[in-house]
Amino acid sequence: MSDDMDFEEGGTIKKFMFVNRKAPYGTIYALEGLEVVLISAAFDQDVSLAFVDDGVFQLVKGQKTDGVEMKNFSPTYRALEGYDIEKLYVDRESLEARGLTEDDLLVDVQVMSAAEMGDMMAQQDVVISF
Amino acid sequence: MLHIVNKSPFDTGSLASVLRVAKKDGGAVLLIEDGVYAAVKNSATEASLKAAGMPVYVLQPDADARGLQSRLMEGVNMVDYGGFVDLVAGHDNVQSWL
Repeated sequence: MSDDMDFEEGGTIKKFMFVNRKAPYGTIYALEGLEVVLISAAFDQDVSLAFVDDGVFQLVKGQKTDGVEMKNFSPTYRALEGYDIEKLYVDRESLEARGLTEDDLLVDVQVMSAAEMGDMMAQQDVVISF
Repeated sequence: MLHIVNKSPFDTGSLASVLRVAKKDGGAVLLIEDGVYAAVKNSATEASLKAAGMPVYVLQPDADARGLQSRLMEGVNMVDYGGFVDLVAGHDNVQSWL
């Protein structure tokens, strides 16, 4: 394949952060947000996900949705790695207020302080909130 | 009166309002949907539920969906959909705190 087929070359890579602040299942935001994240993976951008407030509940291990007849989309978070989305940031205070620790989460994440989270957000070109 | 809460206590003040307003005598609280998050062990809301002064019920299928099977506090009562119906039938009236 010739070099000029590589139309991505020279394209701008922007830093995109998806901020997840809603619990799964109670509203459609978490699932819709995840869909957008997966779509974004197709554009070869620098994507990160932040989990703040009830958003941390999206990552809780052991979700079992047979009883409510909804799709359990939590395994998808483990597949993000395969789309080169590996920057998952979790707000420590949100975890602690909800009785959770890093061990309760189904993916490897970076747990950080509010100040560190704020720094991460401030570095982004685009922040999209769900 | 049976008080049904379906919102996360970290997101809205529904549960706090129930615990503030509800008449404890003859009262009960049923946590469904995102309301079940209130009953997570070691959470900021555990103490307020312990002090509810009323029986607290949690809808099991909603807790399971959210991965909370082994993460709930002591002292709450798990119910299935049949138990939900029994609770509604067993109280004089019901309020859903939307």
